[in-house]
Amino acid sequence: MSVAAATHPPAATRTGVPLLRFAVPLALVLVTAVLVSLPTSALPAWAWKYPLAWQAPLPAWISAFMKWLMETASLGLFTVRDLTRGVASALDAVLFVAKAVLATGVAQGAGASATTLVPPIPWFAMILASSAAAYAVGGRRLALGMAAGLLYLAVFGQWASAMITLASVLVASVIGAAGGLLIGLACVRWRTLERLMSPLLDMAQTMPVFAYLLPMLILFGFGPASAMVATVIYALPPMVRVTIVAIRAVPEEIRELGVMSGCTRRQITWKMLVPSALPALMVGVNQVIMLSLNVVIIASMIGAGGLGWDVLAALRRLDIGGGLEAGLAITVLAVLLDRFAQAMAQRTERVAKEDVAGAAGRRLAVRVALVWALGLWIAAAVWPEIALYPNDWKLSTAPYWSQLVSWINVNFFSVLDAIRTAALLNVLTPVKRFMLALPWPWVVALVMLAGWRLGGLRLALTTGAMTLFLAVVGLWQTSMLTVYLCGVAVLISVVIGVPIGVAAANRPRLWRVVEAVIDTLQTLPAFIYLIPIVMLFRVGDFTALIAIVLYAVAPAIRYTAHGVRRVPATLIEAGQMTGCSRRQLLTRIRLPLATPDILLGLNQTIMLALSMLVITALVGTRDLGQETYMALSKADVGRGLVAGVCVAFIGMVADRLISAAAERLRRRTGLAA
Amino acid sequence: MSHPILACRGVAKLYGARASRFVRDGRFAGAPEELAAAGVVAAVRDVDLEIARGETFVIMGLSGSGKSTLVRCLSALTPPSAGEVLFEGRNLSTMAEGDLLQIRRHQMGMVFQNFALLPHLTVLGNVAFPLDVQGVKKTEREAKALEMIRLVGLSGREGRFPRELSGGQQQRVGIARSLAVKPDLWFLDEPFSALDPLIRREMQDEVLRLQGLLKKTIVFITHDFDEAVRIADRIAIMKDGRIEQIGTAEELLLRPATDYVRAFTQEAPRAKILTARAVMAPAPSGAEFAGRVDARARVASFAHEVEAAERPFAVVDGGAVIGVVDRLAMIDVLVGRERKAVAA
Repeated sequence: MSVAAATHPPAATRTGVPLLRFAVPLALVLVTAVLVSLPTSALPAWAWKYPLAWQAPLPAWISAFMKWLMETASLGLFTVRDLTRGVASALDAVLFVAKAVLATGVAQGAGASATTLVPPIPWFAMILASSAAAYAVGGRRLALGMAAGLLYLAVFGQWASAMITLASVLVASVIGAAGGLLIGLACVRWRTLERLMSPLLDMAQTMPVFAYLLPMLILFGFGPASAMVATVIYALPPMVRVTIVAIRAVPEEIRELGVMSGCTRRQITWKMLVPSALPALMVGVNQVIMLSLNVVIIASMIGAGGLGWDVLAALRRLDIGGGLEAGLAITVLAVLLDRFAQAMAQRTERVAKEDVAGAAGRRLAVRVALVWALGLWIAAAVWPEIALYPNDWKLSTAPYWSQLVSWINVNFFSVLDAIRTAALLNVLTPVKRFMLALPWPWVVALVMLAGWRLGGLRLALTTGAMTLFLAVVGLWQTSMLTVYLCGVAVLISVVIGVPIGVAAANRPRLWRVVEAVIDTLQTLPAFIYLIPIVMLFRVGDFTALIAIVLYAVAPAIRYTAHGVRRVPATLIEAGQMTGCSRRQLLTRIRLPLATPDILLGLNQTIMLALSMLVITALVGTRDLGQETYMALSKADVGRGLVAGVCVAFIGMVADRLISAAAERLRRRTGLAA
Repeated sequence: MSHPILACRGVAKLYGARASRFVRDGRFAGAPEELAAAGVVAAVRDVDLEIARGETFVIMGLSGSGKSTLVRCLSALTPPSAGEVLFEGRNLSTMAEGDLLQIRRHQMGMVFQNFALLPHLTVLGNVAFPLDVQGVKKTEREAKALEMIRLVGLSGREGRFPRELSGGQQQRVGIARSLAVKPDLWFLDEPFSALDPLIRREMQDEVLRLQGLLKKTIVFITHDFDEAVRIADRIAIMKDGRIEQIGTAEELLLRPATDYVRAFTQEAPRAKILTARAVMAPAPSGAEFAGRVDARARVASFAHEVEAAERPFAVVDGGAVIGVVDRLAMIDVLVGRERKAVAA
């Protein structure tokens, strides 16, 4: 049988007989084409549309379970409700303090009669204190950048919103980093725990935030605490992963040294392992901060206030300029937080190089600045009128932006519209039709076949089950719309990203430019992309597509460059000595050897594309992202969660298949991971 | 009676899924083929040894011979699968956790192959680390650490971070740290293998100097026979997890127990190992001597004088002449010939 023969490709590859290698895929493609073009009557109706009667009413079950959990479930001494509400009030208290200090102050009474007891840190004191902290951590340049960035927030009237956002981000980051560290350490100690955690971490990262925002609202009540929990859940997985890897990477000898010095277990962990791994751990902290900001922005759209809310409100008013300004404020905040966290991560390296006298002078300067900031805060408490940023000093560029956009729209409308229509007609709509025309049993079969060929029976069963789940819960059509949008976006990302990665890999100057661009794209909260694109192309799939590609192209570039660079120099030299042309070097040596890395980049690209779905739901896509968004607005826990799990499953199927393929290639070429 | 400071009896360490069954049946001493077939690796098998107080004991073997595993059993970093390790007569693997902690804090020190310096601490912080763990006050532990740093010749560098030091300097920090608690038993696990040959020699001298000063009991692991010869009072040669032979360098050279040991000692610097006693010939009565050498002196230390003299030298032990050495004997040593009678 041809399928069986094709499971032993090495023989075919080596002898150079491509017939069997191509016969099976070709047959599959043919069957697919035939199936898609068949008239509806050719197959039984259940193959086209998953019958309602076979569907599991999972959303209803989940909603019922949540209801039971919150109303009846008890843990003996107290109910689940008591527990979650206890956690919520603790979180609320922390958040309240952070917001009071940064944004709102503490007031007595309500409304117009409220009297301020403690004012928030006035803007000038905050700028002084933050710049001092930046100076201590990263030197003069970071301090100047910090001052300029914060001044921007004040000048453009974004201060209050930005501080609310900052308060949430700080609290979420501290909880996320500490929690991630502890869970990571526990995973290192108990391998069973690690095995349990791994799929949960995958889920938390691939599920749209909206999907678990909803259960959180029910568990922790309607308030900032539940948004906080959702944020932490989303931001925590990279910290756990980084912790596991970083702690494992501490040399065994260090651990042995601890034992030989008579350290207790706790001493080994906190005096040796964690400090030794600190530079790596700080990379995880940086990730936590950036992800927290991302989610806080999204969460603030459902009423928590802050910069995200400002952007959304402006977009609804069609106030493009206002939206852009608030969006830029998010960007400024993101860049400041990112640079600050990076400086912290690199700090241990730099401290050593400093001379002692310089360090002492630095410390003094920082202390003086902090004392001044405190003094100014107290002064603001005594004379509240000085604390506010004067309205006369505020600037706004919003009108100019609005004018610019309308100018573009007036002059280039026909061009932009032509691009959009062409893309829709020639690419998006046909692919969409094709995906929707596929019979679901055939898709499940194809996925299982791929799983079996790449990783064996187990992989076939898990991926098959996950795919089947999409149909069983009745979201097949919506899922296919998701696959279509993400699929096209990923394809475009790869088509753009791989050549750029290859071109930049061995050209340091070009790489610096490319890296700066993709760093910026990844630092920005995903939400930001939408604003200019919506302005130019209005809402719809094409806008969503561009936003997803912008966000997801970075790993495709990064991993390709990494893979190409990692090809051993001796192999390149061997190629040159056998007389390979430049093109042959690329196609015969560099690309084949870089393929495992490129596949991993593809993997990441898919994950990022899926994570953008929730954002693009705002511009009216009709996929699973929209499903979760709708469920959120209707407070339908079951529906939102199931749609979220579907997104997670699509991501996991892609991840498992691609990882298996990369692993297979690695083993064959004998390259280390 | 006084116990040897460290002793082990029947120590074995087996790895693999089915290791415990072999241990239970006591079959680990068997042929390695049988173990290998079952997927069990016997890193250490059937090791007995005693280390006397004040002795420099070198465990020598090539990579994979089990020497690193053995030293980890001796230092109780890994529990042996079978047998017992006795520290001053007390069994390390059955001892209460707290007692073991105290022994490690006050009586043992260890130097690691790749230095194991903590990257976030300065030289001073690293050397003071074991004292910090014990809860010694900051001023006191830093005073002690500074003393150790001076001892290894790194004064003035105590504020540096490990990555700013050369490999040799880093290992000096490792040595200072292991000595900071004033241990009785000093483990050095291939301490100089990661260093350049020239630095390695310098560091060996350093260990000899420190040992002359401090008189510790040393357990030194190496894969370099020359290094073993320079440092050791006694050497244990390991192969496939077993000890092939234990003895002084001279004993290994003159009476190798196995072909493996003989192969090792063949290329050894004989003049630096053999003593006058080992190469002397019976003294002919009434002979005249150009000079006298001590029976325990190494050949290398007097070869030059003997060669320069016309007449043989007398070998003396406590004032009595017990034999003679002459030019021919020197050449025999150099070319590795068996000793013949001096021209009768």
